[in-house]
Amino acid sequence: MTARWLTPGLIILSLIALFAACLLGSTPMPADRVLAALLGGADASDRLVVWAIRLPRALAAFLVGAALGLSGAALQGLLRNPLAEPGVLGVSATSSLAATFSIYYGLVALNPWVLPMAAIFGALVATALLALAAVRTRSVVTLILIGVGLSSFAGAAMSLLMNLAPNPFSLADMVNWMLGSVANRSFDEILLTVPFLFAGSAILLLTRRGLSALTLGEEAADGVGLNLRNQRIFTVLGAGLATGASVALAGAIGFVGIVAPHLVRPLVGHDPARSLIPSALLAGLILVIADIGVRIIPTSSELKLGVVAALIGAPVFVWIAMQRRTVHD
Amino acid sequence: MTELVAEHLTVTAKDTVLVADASLRLARGELVILLGPNGAGKTSLLRACLGLTRPSSGHATLAGEDTVRLNPMQRARSMAYLPQIRQLAWPNIVRDVVALGRFSHGAALGRLRGEDAAIVDRAIQDCDLAHLANRQADTLSGGELVRMHCARVFATQAPLLIADEPIAALDPRHQFRILDLISGFVKNGGGALVVLHDIGLAARYASRLIWMQNGRIVADGPPAETLTQERIETVYDVSAKVDGLRVELDGPR
Repeated sequence: MTARWLTPGLIILSLIALFAACLLGSTPMPADRVLAALLGGADASDRLVVWAIRLPRALAAFLVGAALGLSGAALQGLLRNPLAEPGVLGVSATSSLAATFSIYYGLVALNPWVLPMAAIFGALVATALLALAAVRTRSVVTLILIGVGLSSFAGAAMSLLMNLAPNPFSLADMVNWMLGSVANRSFDEILLTVPFLFAGSAILLLTRRGLSALTLGEEAADGVGLNLRNQRIFTVLGAGLATGASVALAGAIGFVGIVAPHLVRPLVGHDPARSLIPSALLAGLILVIADIGVRIIPTSSELKLGVVAALIGAPVFVWIAMQRRTVHD
Repeated sequence: MTELVAEHLTVTAKDTVLVADASLRLARGELVILLGPNGAGKTSLLRACLGLTRPSSGHATLAGEDTVRLNPMQRARSMAYLPQIRQLAWPNIVRDVVALGRFSHGAALGRLRGEDAAIVDRAIQDCDLAHLANRQADTLSGGELVRMHCARVFATQAPLLIADEPIAALDPRHQFRILDLISGFVKNGGGALVVLHDIGLAARYASRLIWMQNGRIVADGPPAETLTQERIETVYDVSAKVDGLRVELDGPR
């Protein structure tokens, strides 16, 4: 059975990728030295490279990917559409706008928790808006269009902030938020966002059973005993928290939340609930690998992870959209 | 033993009255068929009986408890609801869709406990779906799809079944098949309230017919008593001939 081996397989592959991320880099480090450094041996410089640079970066990529994969799979289940995803629906953009805003006005200096809180606030506002719209329209096309509108608005507001940026330093900061990157992440930054990320993920995982019921459509889901209102609230809350936390950690990274669930779905009998955990693992794995690529591709200035993700993900998005039959709406 | 009692239900949406002062009863062991033209308020009445729509006046009770106040799981366990068939959002496996009937018993797809799995298997057998159990639902024919949804509601093992036009768009053989499944459910002690558009089939299967027109229940009783030429003509606005339980529709009046 593919399904039985899917999750363990993905866990093993993820661990391998995380380890590989510690090996590879501008100066490759042999496996024995990485292992020694991971276990606390080896010399100080090796430990520094592994523990302060490569491992937190790889872990950040994995966590961000996992949060986006999970949120994507859950939103797809809730909205019953394979094209729903935090990036496409404008959740990531709104979230990074809120985060940038908090940096721009120096709110972050007040307290380190302000940044993740701002990112999460932005994400929650966007997801709540989408959920409201989803109740009203039923048409998925409308919903995606609202997402496009949200994205454009957040993008425009972002450009406005950039125009007004007081110095080039904050400009560079903002570019990081818009394009998405896990470069130079530390364990401190990870620890700051992880509670929200885990809380959001836990909410999504605990309420995933209802996503299976939604397969039947809302009327019949009511009939099989789903509390529709609560399901909407929890999925929106969970996806908002997880996406916001991921944006706080890495800025806006699009499309992994579409690609991973799309690959996973046929392997779990197209059940949204069962697609959640494998989607999270696969999306994490994809971002770790993409980030290794970002680091070893020899370019004069390092590529942004979000750019690479979009370069791969956007064509897949178009492909999925073109494959959809028009019967649904 | 009466299970579901609706008393003086009135349902309004904005300023339109969808159901007006409707009262009905549904007990185990009876197959009640709800008849009426499009827009007569049949679906609204079903939803109000289920407690899914809050009536603007009147109430529906299940064993004495107001159905609006039931929590969704309780409601699903006591009244299985088969709404008008809609397309599934995903191409799920047939067995998984049937397993959703166990949702209100806490079952999660993919890891059904022994009892749930046995009940799902039986429902699949009863609806003659064994050979299709591992197919994707989007590869089924219209009749097979309805059988799948029937298996899903039977798997709930609720004492009552409420079905909204379950045989719409099916060929005659499948219409009989689905109604046989529902009357089998009733013979085994269930109670069913079913919306149909085929008056002849309704007369053949129903223990009672409820006739609706413009949001009101205009007649409620056994087919032998309520099925008359005059009633068909006033409710549906078509001319008809009735011979015992046989109905012949001649065309619009």
